[in-house]
Amino acid sequence: MLRLPPFELLRPSSLEEARSLLVEHGPGARPLAGGTDLLVNLKLGSTEAQTLVSLAAIPELCGIREEAGELVIGAMTPLAQVAASEVVRSRIPVLAQAASVVASPQLRAMGTLGGNLLLDTRCQWINQSHFWRAALGFCLKKDGSKCHVVEKGKRCVAAASNDTAPALLVLGARLVVLGAQERSMPLAELYSSDGAQHLTLAADELLVEVRVPLPEQSARSTQHSAYGKLRRRASIDFPLLGLAANLELDESKTVRAASLAAVALSAQPLSLPKVAAALLGVETSGAQLERAIVAAGALAQRRLKPLDNIPGDAWWRREMVPVLLGRTLRAALSDTGPVNGDPQ
Amino acid sequence: MEVLSLKVNGDTRCLAAAPQATLLEVLREELGLTGCKQGCDKGDCGACTVLLDGQPVLACLTLAALVQGREITTIEGLAPAHRRRCAESPCASKQDKLHPVQDAFDEAGALQCGFCQSGMILSATALLQRDDDPKRETIREALSGNLCRCTGYTQIIEAVERASDEHAGREHRPRAWEQPATEPAGEGES
Ligand SMILES: Cc1cc2nc3c(=O)[nH]c(=O)nc-3n(C[C@H](O)[C@H](O)[C@H](O)COP(=O)(O)OP(=O)(O)OC[C@H]3O[C@@H](n4cnc5c(N)ncnc54)[C@H](O)[C@@H]3O)c2cc1C
Ligand code: SF4
Ligand code: FES
Ligand code: FES
Repeated sequence: MLRLPPFELLRPSSLEEARSLLVEHGPGARPLAGGTDLLVNLKLGSTEAQTLVSLAAIPELCGIREEAGELVIGAMTPLAQVAASEVVRSRIPVLAQAASVVASPQLRAMGTLGGNLLLDTRCQWINQSHFWRAALGFCLKKDGSKCHVVEKGKRCVAAASNDTAPALLVLGARLVVLGAQERSMPLAELYSSDGAQHLTLAADELLVEVRVPLPEQSARSTQHSAYGKLRRRASIDFPLLGLAANLELDESKTVRAASLAAVALSAQPLSLPKVAAALLGVETSGAQLERAIVAAGALAQRRLKPLDNIPGDAWWRREMVPVLLGRTLRAALSDTGPVNGDPQ
Repeated sequence: MEVLSLKVNGDTRCLAAAPQATLLEVLREELGLTGCKQGCDKGDCGACTVLLDGQPVLACLTLAALVQGREITTIEGLAPAHRRRCAESPCASKQDKLHPVQDAFDEAGALQCGFCQSGMILSATALLQRDDDPKRETIREALSGNLCRCTGYTQIIEAVERASDEHAGREHRPRAWEQPATEPAGEGES
């Protein structure tokens, strides 16, 4: 058995109480949401905590509501609920699709949207037992001084592997965070490029909710989005590459706005504005579309450089960049996402 | 240590456990419910699946202290609950049987080593609770968090269809080995 190390377990029933417990117990205290990432990492010893502050009994953290043109999703809302939500599926399908391809049904029932955004970065040299890592020699991310992916590398390049992050990036989501004060920030500002310390959230800050602007629907413009996920087993694996696309078309089916984001490359989920720009002004009903998809694919392949951090040969993942991008864009335009699995 | 009060298979069970005790550890080691299997112990395999208020979750990644007051169902609880329901209804002929999903797994030959069975059957039971006539695609999706190293899944999916047919009083769909063999595509025939 993989036993959990001893810790103290606290069960606050309000947000304020949770926050003051985190402050009181200092950096050894960690919030516990669904536990599907944190408990695994504690079992493997790749993370440590003296105190876990369970957020399960705080009702205001859970649920989905519409408010002034925004969809507000509580951090503790289970992924299964996000994926099944009628308003998410109809108004911002890329998020429902991304949530629906995270892990397995059991893990989506347990895992939360907040926990997914705050998922630890992943690497085949760190997601291993303590015994395994001790035998190889520890690495920069935990207990060691070198990186096994980038020789002589000074910083960890473990990969952001959370499927909902690129979906929420292309939707322009903001986060509400509770620290000494409540603050709001764009999702992109949550992440840094250091895989060993990839969040800008302080240890005693709590993610409260995710706010997504709801696209306006009119006869003059339509919104089309999709999530594409590359993985060997379409049933449970983490992404080997994840791409989210959100396109706005005008009444002549020409791309008026486009945003793209990727995950499972380096420590940060990446927005891809330059690649998305290649799609602007493209008439999607004509022959122009395929040419634009090829051009965007070539640009993306230059920009995205999969590393040997997660499983799946890096060269293969690189070759799959334009393939997955093409499929994801076509799925977005035909409203048939998600794209899921190993296309071979 | 803390005294926990857990509702397992309809009974309230009190026991002392450390805060870091998982539901899997408590079920197997404190309550002797070893039908809940420990496979990977880190979320990959689904062998430890139990129902929490009717929904499949992984006992290896659930802290026991956090599921007090919730309804926990393990494989051991399925047949007794079924018999209790039968005793209250006129289906007396089924009195000392297993749960119908267990029967269906048996009749469909849906197991080899059996290690994945408890989890598979619980995931399947939860599926049939919310959709009593699931399509193949839905069955695959509902069981996609339960790994089986032996069967190749075909008979497992057939077992779920069989349970659904049985429930609806329909004729069973033929099992893979009962279907007429298709002629192998001949090579060089013209
Ligand atoms: C076998 C397996 C397969 C998986 N596959 C995928 C996959 O394909 N894609 C994917 O994206 N993920 C996958 N996961 C990871 C995980 O299940 C999900 O990312 C899940 O959404 C994590 O959420 P959680 O609520 O369980 O987070 P937890 O484990 O509870 O928390 C994760 C981190 O966030 C912090 N945290 C959580 N909530 C808050 C909050 N409100 N405020 C401040 N900090 C907080 C915790 O302290 C912890 O550091 C997989 C996991 C397993 C075990
Ligand atoms: S990228 Fe390097 S430092 Fe980071 S986890 Fe992998 S091996 Fe360790
Ligand atoms: S033992 Fe829980 S998922 Fe494998
Ligand atoms: S029957 Fe052996 S693992 Fe499924």
